[in-house]
Amino acid sequence: MDPSGTWRESLSPDRVAATPPDEGERVSMTTIDVGRRSLIKRATATGLLTVPALAALSACATGGGGGTQQVAEGKKSARNPLAVNESAGLDVVIFDGGFGEEYAKAAQAEYVRAYPKTDGKIKHSATQKIQAKLAPRFNGGTPPDLIDNSGAEQMDFGTLVSKDQLTDLRELLDAPSLDDPNKKVRDTLRPGVLEMGQFEGDEVWVLYYAYTIYGVWYSKSLLAKHGWEYPQTWDEMLALCKEAKKQGIAGWTYPGKYPYYLPFSLYPFIAKIGGRETLDAIDNLEPNAWKHDAVKAAFEAYHELQAKGYVLKGTPGLDHIQSQVAWNEGKALFIPNGSWVENETKKTTPKNFDMGVGAPSSLDAGDKLPYGTIWASGGEPFIVPKNAKNPRGGMELLRIMLGTKSTQNFIQQVSSLSSLNGGTEGLRLPPGLASAQELWKKAGDNVVNPRLQDWYVTLQKEKIGVAALGEMMAGRMSPKECMAKCQKFADETAKDSAVKKYRHK
Amino acid sequence: MRHGKYGFIVGFLALPLAIYAVFVISPFVQAIYYSFTNWSGLSSDLQMVGFDNYRKLLDDDVFWHALRNNLVLLLVLPLVTLGMGLFFAFMLNVGGRRKGAVVSGVRGSSLYKVVYFFPQVLSIAIVALIFQFAYNPNSGALNSFLSGIGLDSVQPNWLGDPSLALWCVMAVMVWSNVGFYVVLFSAAMSTIPRDFYEAALLDGANRFTTFFRITLPLLWDTVQTGWVYMGILALDAFAVVQIMTVGPGGPDYSTEVLTWFVYTKGIRDGQAGYATALGVALLIVTMIFAAIVMRLGRRERLEF
Repeated sequence: MDPSGTWRESLSPDRVAATPPDEGERVSMTTIDVGRRSLIKRATATGLLTVPALAALSACATGGGGGTQQVAEGKKSARNPLAVNESAGLDVVIFDGGFGEEYAKAAQAEYVRAYPKTDGKIKHSATQKIQAKLAPRFNGGTPPDLIDNSGAEQMDFGTLVSKDQLTDLRELLDAPSLDDPNKKVRDTLRPGVLEMGQFEGDEVWVLYYAYTIYGVWYSKSLLAKHGWEYPQTWDEMLALCKEAKKQGIAGWTYPGKYPYYLPFSLYPFIAKIGGRETLDAIDNLEPNAWKHDAVKAAFEAYHELQAKGYVLKGTPGLDHIQSQVAWNEGKALFIPNGSWVENETKKTTPKNFDMGVGAPSSLDAGDKLPYGTIWASGGEPFIVPKNAKNPRGGMELLRIMLGTKSTQNFIQQVSSLSSLNGGTEGLRLPPGLASAQELWKKAGDNVVNPRLQDWYVTLQKEKIGVAALGEMMAGRMSPKECMAKCQKFADETAKDSAVKKYRHK
Repeated sequence: MRHGKYGFIVGFLALPLAIYAVFVISPFVQAIYYSFTNWSGLSSDLQMVGFDNYRKLLDDDVFWHALRNNLVLLLVLPLVTLGMGLFFAFMLNVGGRRKGAVVSGVRGSSLYKVVYFFPQVLSIAIVALIFQFAYNPNSGALNSFLSGIGLDSVQPNWLGDPSLALWCVMAVMVWSNVGFYVVLFSAAMSTIPRDFYEAALLDGANRFTTFFRITLPLLWDTVQTGWVYMGILALDAFAVVQIMTVGPGGPDYSTEVLTWFVYTKGIRDGQAGYATALGVALLIVTMIFAAIVMRLGRRERLEF
């Protein structure tokens, strides 16, 4: 979820199921501001020209900022390596998106089992409106102890970090893991997860709990029915789309209303063609990063899908759910997506669909990275606020969540992997997740993790996603114009002093 | 007694004025103050930055897109909504030419009144969601209808097309608001003495003349109120844009509006200081609009 979600959007609501990013968006769509109209009416009735947004903003003016008293440390022991106060309460806020909240409740039950005196003192809440609920609490100096800062309305990490609002999680990472006291928590994580939580220094501010695998999703049974195979090269891809078109099936669809799904397969494609540095340069907002030949080749390849009519008609007007339904119905073969898609489409996926995921096809023999290169990264970013009452309790709950028991529960409940490296042993995975796990294993070291979507949400989603890639794939912009526009957006962000900047190390 | 009278008045006004000052005036003043800071909205750590936010705003393409879209909404929305509201209300009340009754609505007018008002009962969130489905280019009602009548070649992307998206948003806002004005204008029309219409009919006036010579001038106050009211709605448009449109705010900023832009900057991007500067800009636009409407609308009041 992170990937897309983080930033989320503003952009919108996408996903029901799994990933926060989208989910958040979806959510906000349905719940937002119902009372707004009546509010405005009342205001007008009094003859006053109220500007609602203005009033709403200032209502949450800066708070006192005084910190709360933290609870006393507990006694450190082998059983309690983080010295948690064994009788202190805990305040947890979970993003209620595609993954729901049950997995977190189950982990809290484990926490109570470990520290029985906390029974009844754990305050759990789940919301999709993370910013609206929590920004005032941060502002007033009374944040909760553990937050799943995810969804379309997640709080900006850069701001939280630069305003010194978070607890450094290295103490947790260096504590012994729940299952094996001889192994530190940091050694039980999947590669790349820990680094995602670092911003400038060595401190780890965020711990990503879910693990998302991105790629090109398809129905294995639909391909098999026609005797087709997943295309490993772009020429095969075009040939297959041509063949499918003759059968009345479109090659691709994507959430046209949230075109920032396209990067899920497009960015690893760029990395494959031009090497990791190409993507790093893009993440670093380097001048001319978007003018690289690899970007050009990748854009031209995707644009060709559109130009040749291989994209499902009407796609630019579809949201994530609508495009996934069209894909479930067999109207299109492929959709760029993340591993949350299986859970999200549970209700619309036909029984014999046999969901699978493929790595981006190779462009040609000159590609710098081999076929099988994919994008995979952490999702569901958890944070422990610095001014929390019981930050040790928050970290301990995370440690429990990263144990095998809670992880297995998570995998089974939401059919997504967690950032614990393992936990799938002995579980029967649904087809999509099994395929994703296999893809990830095959990729080995060839996993890329573009950071644009968690470092610069607005740039990634609203600007590059909607205003550039979306326009190109709708056939309203040439690849060349699209590159120029992406570069212009990136340059603007690089110049904007209000946006915190990050770099790959 | 004089002294006692003022005490009496102050006693009544103190509480409402205090509430007004706390909940209306003070947020406005605070917002203006915050627009000169770099407040993030997430912590109380902030510095004064002078006019930086305003300078940035003038350079911001998205701001100009949003402003332009708001102005289009401001021009088109009241015109279309009020025009349709007046037309329907006229037809429902005095447009009929039934035998027997001299001044009456068209056949079935009582049913139409209910039907027109119906969208007003629905929450704007529901309305926007329903239209989102209707606008689905792949299986939505609109394109299904088009292909149903043989127009398979005309299958617009609706919200996915930058040249159509803003019009799609406007259509939803008109649809959901026109009913209210039908009822409002109907109520106002019922206060117009029937003799006027009867006299006009005797003189041989047709419906067109009756409307422009009698109904409209006598309804002017109500129309003016409706205009202000609709203008405020046009300056808002937040819910429909947020729920329905690509992005939201797109495609390519074609449905970006100021309220949505304030929201993204203040809430999503953690730039509350900049967002309040945008809010102040919106305030200024609103004030200008109100001043223009008041000035244009100033006419001699007709007593009848």
